[in-house]
Amino acid sequence: MSGYLKLDHINKTFRRGAAETEVLRDINLTIDKGEIVSIIGHSGCGKSTLLNLIAGLTSVTAGAVLLEEREVNAPGPERAVVFQNHSLLPWLTVYDNVALAVNKVFGSTKSRSERRDWIMHNLDLVQMSHARDKRPSEISGGMKQRVGIARALAIEPKILLLDEPFGALDALTRAHLQDSVMQIHASLKNTMIMITHDVDEAVLLSDRIVMMTNGPSATIGEVLDVRLERPRKRLDLVADRDYIAAREAVLKFLYERHRFVEAA
Amino acid sequence: MSLAVVKPKQPEQTEPAKVVALQMKPKRDFKRTARRLGVYLASNLLPPLVCATLLLLLWQIVFGRAGATLPSPVQVWKEAQDLIVDPFFVNGPQDIGLGLRVWTSLQRVAIGFGLAAFVGILVGATVGQSIWAMRGLDPIFQILRTVPPLAWLPISLAAFRDSSPSAIFVIFITSIWPILINTAVGVRNIPQDYRNVAEVLRLNTFEFFWKIMLPSAAPYIFTGLRIGIGLAWLAIVAAEMLTGGVGIGFFIWDAWNSSRLPDIVVALFYIGIVGFVLDRIVGALGSLASRGTSAN
Repeated sequence: MSGYLKLDHINKTFRRGAAETEVLRDINLTIDKGEIVSIIGHSGCGKSTLLNLIAGLTSVTAGAVLLEEREVNAPGPERAVVFQNHSLLPWLTVYDNVALAVNKVFGSTKSRSERRDWIMHNLDLVQMSHARDKRPSEISGGMKQRVGIARALAIEPKILLLDEPFGALDALTRAHLQDSVMQIHASLKNTMIMITHDVDEAVLLSDRIVMMTNGPSATIGEVLDVRLERPRKRLDLVADRDYIAAREAVLKFLYERHRFVEAA
Repeated sequence: MSLAVVKPKQPEQTEPAKVVALQMKPKRDFKRTARRLGVYLASNLLPPLVCATLLLLLWQIVFGRAGATLPSPVQVWKEAQDLIVDPFFVNGPQDIGLGLRVWTSLQRVAIGFGLAAFVGILVGATVGQSIWAMRGLDPIFQILRTVPPLAWLPISLAAFRDSSPSAIFVIFITSIWPILINTAVGVRNIPQDYRNVAEVLRLNTFEFFWKIMLPSAAPYIFTGLRIGIGLAWLAIVAAEMLTGGVGIGFFIWDAWNSSRLPDIVVALFYIGIVGFVLDRIVGALGSLASRGTSAN
C-alpha cells in the first residue's frame, strides 16, 4: 500500500518578528485507509500544530501533506475536524449545526429530504437525535462533543481529525464517547487521526500510536503498533497482556526517555 | 413451606447506554402566576409612579407661585390640554397633533438610521476583517464620531440644497459611527473556532457573513444600533429646529418664537417617551437576535 495520507518531511517554523521557533522537524508518517492513528506527546510538543497542518488550518514551512497522492494546503471538508472545545455555533440548534455543514457540502448533490434524513442519521449515530432542537448551551459537554462528531461525520470526510476530542470531559463520559467512536469506526471504517494525552485512550482506540518527542523541534520518536483484536472491550482489555505491554511501552517513552523537562 | 430464592437479575449483554432527555413538567399554577404578576407590577411599576408624582408635586410647588418664569404642571395641563389629550388632531397645515409631528420625525429617523445601520454594518464588517483597515481607519472614525450632529448641518445644507435630505443626512452621519465601530469590534472578536469551522466547510464570503459573522457579532452590533438610535433621535430634534417643516423639533422652535411655553413642555415629554420606546425596541430586538450567542 502506498498510503492514504502521507506526511512528507514536514517542518513547521513559527516566525514572530526576528524570533523563529522551530516547532516540528522532519515529520514523516504514512497512514492507511481505515486506520485509527493516535498522536501522543507532552503538552507543547506540537501535536495540535501537526493536526492543524493536516487540516490545512496552518501551512507547512517545508515538506508536504499528501492525501491520495495530492498535496493539500488549505482546509476542506474531506478532512473534517472535531475540535477540542466542540466549536458548535451557539446560536444554532443541534440540528442546524449539523445542517450548516451538510447543506454546504451536499447542497447540490442531495435533495432537501435526503439531506434531512442524512442529518438525522448522523445524529442517531451519536445518539443525539433526541436533542435536535436544543441549543448547545442547553446540553452537556459530552453531548456537545457528540454533536461535534456528528457534524464532522456528516460531511463524509476522507479523514476525521480529532483534536483531543474528549480532553475536557469527565472520565465516565469520556469512556462512553470512546465506545461510540469505536462503534462508528466499526461500521464506517473511516480513517481517523486523534490527538490525545491519555495513554489508555490511545491504546484502546488506535491501530498505531505515534509518540512525539518534546519540543521545540519535536519530531516522531516512535511508532507503536497496537495489535489488539477488534472489537475491543474495555473490561476484557484490563488484564490483556498485549494491552498492558502497549500501555507500558507508551508510558516508558513518555516518562523515561522523553520526560517533560519544563514546568508545564 | 418452600423458600423462594430470588435470584439477582443477571445484567443483560452490556449495551451502550442510551442518552435520554429529561421531560420538563408543563404544569402551571394559575393562582401563583397571577400573584407573581401582581408582585412584579407592584415592585416595578409602583416606585417610578411614586417618584413621578413626587417630582410633579415639587415642580408645582416651585413654579406654581405668581411670577414664576416657567409654567407649572397645572398651567401646562390647562393651556396645552388639546396637545396632551389628542395627539392626532388636524386643524390646518401647521396646526396638527404632536403624535403626527412625531410621526413625521420618525419617518426621517427611519430613513437616516436605516441607511446608517445598513452602511455601518457592511463597512464595519469589512473594516473588522482587516487589521490594516482597522488600524488606518479607526482613528479617523474616532475623530468623526465626536463631531456634534448640528455641526454637520451647514455642510449638508450646502450639499443637498434642501432641508429634508439634509436632516436625514445629519441623522445618518450622527448615528453611523457607533454602529460601524461596534460592528468592527464585534467582527474582530469572532472566536477563531468559528473561523476554523467556516474554513473547514469552505464557506464563501457571503455565507460566512450571514451564517457566522452576523450572528456572532450580533451583541456588539446591537449595542451600536442602540447607541445609534439614541443619537439619531437626538439629532433629528436639533436638525428640525433649524430646518423647519412639520417635525417635533420645529414645533418646539415655533412654540418658543410664539411664547407657548406649556406646549414646549408637552413636546419635551413626547420626545422623551418616544426616545425611550425607540431605545427599548432596539434593545429588545437585540436580545432576541443575539439569544444564545453569548451563552456557550
